Amino acid sequence: MNYRWNWGILLQEPYWSWIWSGLEWTLLISLGSWIVALAVGTLFGIARTVTNRAVRAVADLYVGVFRNIPPLVQLFLWYSVFPEVLPEAVGLWVKRDMPSPQFVTASVAIGLFMAARVAEQVRAGIDAAGLHLMPAALATGLRPWQAYRLIVLPLGLRTIIKPLTSEFLITVKMSSISLTIGVLELTAESRHIENYTFQGFEAFGVATILYLLLGLAVTAIMGLVDRWFGGDRLRRAAP
Amino acid sequence: MIEIADVSKAYGRTPVLRHCSAAVARGEVVVVCGPSGSGKSTLIKCVNGLVPFDSGSIRVNGVSVGDKGTDLPAVRARIGMVFQNFELYPHMTALQNVSLAQIHVLKRSRAEADARSELLLRRVGLADKLASRPDQLSGGQQQRVSIARALAMDPQAMLFDEPTSALDPEMVNEVLEVMQALALDGMTMMVVTHEMGFAQRVADRVLFMDDGAILEDTPKAAFFAEPATERARQFLAKVLSH
Amino acid sequence: MSDFDWAIVWREWPFLAQGLALSALLVVVATAGGLVLGGGLALMRQSSRAWLATPAASYVTVMRSLPLVLVLFWFYFLVPLALGHPVGALASALVAFVLFEAAFYCEIIRAGIASVRVGQTQAALATGMRQAQVFRLIVGPQALRAMVPLLMNQIIIVFQDTSLVYVVALRDFMTAASVVADRDGRPTEMYTVIAVVYLAICFSASKAVEIYQKGHAR
Repeated sequence: MNYRWNWGILLQEPYWSWIWSGLEWTLLISLGSWIVALAVGTLFGIARTVTNRAVRAVADLYVGVFRNIPPLVQLFLWYSVFPEVLPEAVGLWVKRDMPSPQFVTASVAIGLFMAARVAEQVRAGIDAAGLHLMPAALATGLRPWQAYRLIVLPLGLRTIIKPLTSEFLITVKMSSISLTIGVLELTAESRHIENYTFQGFEAFGVATILYLLLGLAVTAIMGLVDRWFGGDRLRRAAP
Repeated sequence: MIEIADVSKAYGRTPVLRHCSAAVARGEVVVVCGPSGSGKSTLIKCVNGLVPFDSGSIRVNGVSVGDKGTDLPAVRARIGMVFQNFELYPHMTALQNVSLAQIHVLKRSRAEADARSELLLRRVGLADKLASRPDQLSGGQQQRVSIARALAMDPQAMLFDEPTSALDPEMVNEVLEVMQALALDGMTMMVVTHEMGFAQRVADRVLFMDDGAILEDTPKAAFFAEPATERARQFLAKVLSH
Repeated sequence: MSDFDWAIVWREWPFLAQGLALSALLVVVATAGGLVLGGGLALMRQSSRAWLATPAASYVTVMRSLPLVLVLFWFYFLVPLALGHPVGALASALVAFVLFEAAFYCEIIRAGIASVRVGQTQAALATGMRQAQVFRLIVGPQALRAMVPLLMNQIIIVFQDTSLVYVVALRDFMTAASVVADRDGRPTEMYTVIAVVYLAICFSASKAVEIYQKGHAR
C-alpha cells in the first residue's frame, strides 16, 4: 500500500480551522435536533399512554410515519419539497430569508425523526415503571389524571434517562446527514480535507477520534443527569 | 461418597462459604437447611463444580472437583442435580428432555434412550406426558420430569437445590413423594430444603447452615429433639410454627 | 397542484426500480456478511481470552460510535488504496456496509445468547454435557428464537441505511430519485413518491415482525 503519512498537515491552516468549524456545526446540529427530539418525542410518548383512544391513534400515526421513512428522505422532503407546498411567500422565506436555513431544516428534520424513537422509549418507560402503580394510586382515592400526573409520569420519565443516552448518541451520528444539504459539519470537513490533501487516514482519523470523544462526553453527561435524578435507585426498586 | 473439606468462597469481599466441612456416605440422605442467604445453594452447586470455590477441597467418589485437571463433565455425569426452577429445556418434549444427555453423554442410541426415558417418566407418574412440552405441564409435573432427567444418567448420588420452593403448595407433595421413594430405594441424596416434614421422615442427618458456615451436623432425631446451637433452635421454632 | 408533473414518476419508474434493486442488493449482502462477521465477533467477545475479547469489543464500540456516512467515506478512500487499483463505489460501499452492520449484528447475537437463563446452562452441564454440546443443543436454539425479532428489525434499519449511499453517488432507490429530481426539477413528485414507497415497505415489515412476536410469545 502506497501511502505517505503526514499527520502534521492537520495542524496547518486552513485544515485546522476546518476541523474545528466542522466540530462546531456537528455540536450545533446535534443539540438542535436533540432538543426538538426530546420536546416532540416526550409529548408523543406520553400521548401513546393516555386512555383517550383518539390521542393515542394520532401519536401512533406520528411514530408509524416518522420511523418508517429513511431520515435522509425526510431531510430532502423538508428541504426541497416543504417550501414548494407552502403558500409562495412563506415558502420563499423558508428557502432564503430564514436565518441559517440549512441548520434549521437539518435540526427539524433529524429532530422529528429522532422524536419518533424517543416517543417509543418514553412510552416503554412509562409503561414499565409507572403504569403498574396506577391501581395502588387509584386505591388511595386519587383521580386517574392525578395519579398519572403525580406518580406514573415522574417515575416513568426518570427511569428512561439511561436508555435515552443511546438515542442521544444516535442523534449525534445522524447530524452527519446534514452534509447533503450543505452543512459543513465534521464528516463533511474531513472529506473536504481529504479531497484537498489526499491524506485520508489523517483526515478521517481525526474525525473518527472526535466522534469517539463526543460519544464518551454524551455518555458521561447523561450518566450524571441520570444519577442526579436518582434513576439508579428507581431501577433497583422497580419489580 | 461426597467429602467436603474446609471449603470457603467469597464474592469479592463478601464471604459466602466459611470453612464448610461435611460428608455424605453412600446411601445416606442428608438435608441441608437454614435461613435465606446462608450459602446452602452455593454449597450444593460447588459439589458438582457448577460454582467454583476459593479454598478447601471437595471429593466425589475420590475425584477432586476443584482440581484443574479433573474432567468435570465426567464427574457430573455420575451425579444428578435437580434445580429450584426445574430448568427443563423449553424447546423439547418431556421425553426428549430426559433422553438428551443419555444420547449425547452416555452415547446410547435414541431408541435405547427413549425406552429408558419412558420407564423413568412412568416411575415418576408421568407416563401420559411423554410428548408434552414444559409449558404444557404444571410446576409439580415439570419438577418430576426434571428428577427423571437426572435419574436417566444412572447417577450414584442426587443433589436437590430447593426442589419444592418454586411450587404451589398443592404440588409440593407429589414431588416429595417421588424423592421419598428414591431415598427408600437407597439413593445417596443431598437435599437443600425448607421442608422440615420431609427431613423428619426421610433424612438420616441434618446440616444447619447460617451465614456461610455449617453450624450443625447431627443425626435427624437429635436435631429435631434438641438442636445444639441457639441459631438452629430459633430457625426450627420459626419454621415449625406454621 | 397543477404545477406538479406526477406522471414523471411513472415514466422514470424503470430507472427507480433499478435503484430499488441496488438497495435490495445492499441489504442482502450487508445482512449475510454482517451476520457471519458479527457471529465471529460475538464468539470472540464471549471468549475468556483477552487477546480475542478486547479487540472485538473495541471494534464493535468504534463502529457503533461512528456515523455511517463517515464509514462510507472511509472505505471509499481505503478500499482502492488497499487493493492498489481504483474500485467502484459499489464495491467499497458493500465492504463498508458489511463491516459496519457486523457490529450491530454482533450485539444482537450477544443479546440473544444472554437472554437464555443461566439455569439452562447449569442444568445441561449438571447432566455431564460439555460446553460445546450445551451451546449446540440448549443455548443456541433458544438464543436463535430470541434473536429473530431483533434481527428482523435490524434488517429494516439496514434497508433505511442504504439511502445513505447517496453520499458516494451510488444509485440506490433514493439516489436514483434525486438524480431525476435534480435533472428534471421535480423534487416534490420524486421525493414524495419514494417516501411513500419506503413507508409502505418498512411499515409492513414492522407489522410482520409484530405479528411474529405475538405468535411466538413465550
